[in-house]
Amino acid sequence: MHPAFSVIFFTVSSGAGFGLFALLYLADLLKLGGGLPVEQKLIAGLLALVLVGAGLTSSMFHLANPKNAWRAFSRYRTSWLSREGVFAMVFFPFALIYLALTWLQLPAFEWLRLVTGGLGALLAWITIFSTGMIYGCLKTIRQWNSPLVPANYLALGHFTGALILLAIASQGGVALGGYIALVLALLVAAAALKAIYYFWIANPGTGSTIQTATGFTRGKVRLLDTGHTHGTFLTQEFGFQIARKYALALKLFVFLIGFLVPALLLTTGQDTGFGIYAAVITALLGMVAERWLFFAEARHVVNLYHGTQRC
Amino acid sequence: MRLGLVIDLDVCVGCHACAIACKEWNASGATAPLTDYQPYGAEPSGVWFNRIRSYEVGDYPNNKTINFPMSCMHCEDADCVTVCPTGASYKRAEDGIVLVDQTKCMGCNYCSWACPYGARELDRESGTMKKCTLCVDRIYDQKIPMEERQPACVLTCPAHARMFGDIDDPDSAVSRVVRERGGYQLMPELGYNPTNHYLPVRKATPISTENMGKAGFKDRLKNIANRIVKR
Repeated sequence: MHPAFSVIFFTVSSGAGFGLFALLYLADLLKLGGGLPVEQKLIAGLLALVLVGAGLTSSMFHLANPKNAWRAFSRYRTSWLSREGVFAMVFFPFALIYLALTWLQLPAFEWLRLVTGGLGALLAWITIFSTGMIYGCLKTIRQWNSPLVPANYLALGHFTGALILLAIASQGGVALGGYIALVLALLVAAAALKAIYYFWIANPGTGSTIQTATGFTRGKVRLLDTGHTHGTFLTQEFGFQIARKYALALKLFVFLIGFLVPALLLTTGQDTGFGIYAAVITALLGMVAERWLFFAEARHVVNLYHGTQRC
Repeated sequence: MRLGLVIDLDVCVGCHACAIACKEWNASGATAPLTDYQPYGAEPSGVWFNRIRSYEVGDYPNNKTINFPMSCMHCEDADCVTVCPTGASYKRAEDGIVLVDQTKCMGCNYCSWACPYGARELDRESGTMKKCTLCVDRIYDQKIPMEERQPACVLTCPAHARMFGDIDDPDSAVSRVVRERGGYQLMPELGYNPTNHYLPVRKATPISTENMGKAGFKDRLKNIANRIVKR
């Protein structure tokens, strides 16, 4: 698959934003590290909304005809892409009421603050799941058609969200132990799920082949002629392939820069100021590489008609 | 009713006439235009509903070239319609034709990701997804003679490799030929249940090229001419 930058930025940014909001609510509810000051809660909440908003705006740049984008909210009964948009939009009012009540600090409405925040967190989880299912539901791409895909999106979104929450909490004079433990737990879970995913897609499995695609199951099938002189929409959108050695190098990059460096920074006494920010930046760099590779490694079955032997 | 095509791989000669006729009809049809990019330039490309590929099956000397036209299969379980977030893609209840409403499409490409057959192509000029309409603006046209109410590709095929009809009706010509010739669907393992079927190549004994005997006068003349003429 052709890795489109707008979609890479959208999934990384909105995933981190939703993860940040969900974990902010949990930290607020459980008073993690003695409870965040109001100012920190507002910064984290608004940053989450900005990340989600920027991601959704970026996804608009992927559209060839954005004037019809409003129609994307209409087919939520069948389409995960539509569901993703609907859940993201429903998330905003709950998140905004929660943040407004956090700002106003009205004791009489504390119950409403906690309820709307809880619903916002729930919607954040559901939206990340929907983002993953946009890819996970496609039977045409073996590397995506796996329950590991929404699991990866949830784990990575929460991991990056937790790191950003830690960075904000570090300015709030709270005990950081709980926040660091949260980051490390999510880091281990996200890295493990990603490792399982890479292991899983490395096995060709029993997918479609050029034989099942053409129906010529009795012999070797070779492409003689594609029927077009230059590229087509199909070759531009689905023809992209990454060499195995580059994919391996990028996977190493994902694990080193995305997971190992942040883990080392947070566990070797660098868990203040500069170290935390460095961890956030390297983790996000790792996530962009991970998302680029997620698209680059996906091989659509239409490539079988262009001569690929198996997908 | 479930309208679709049956393509006879045994007789398809790979002349691309179906693709040209398709382009000609649909460039002024319901989803027109089918934009071309650099049609006379160095890198010609553009939107087509129908593409013909050629494959070599088996190893020499038991090999064979098979020409393979592909357009929308008008699947019974069309995931392209299921995943469409805007409702632009739809499958007609009355005849099973899958269409894209050009006024609703936002050009997100998601349906093309869901299609295993490469039937959908984005028009960069209009920003919308385009695909085979099974010439819906022709097959129901009351103003043209009955025998012409068929898709342009079917009418034009000089080898009669393309047939159009109702796959749901067990007595229709297309259903009968699928039954008799062992017609099959592409990538059945994905479960899209495509309407279009392909008729396999018939079994044929290869014509021997050994022991052809001595060349006659005509062949000797040809051989001399072949040596003289420089191509």
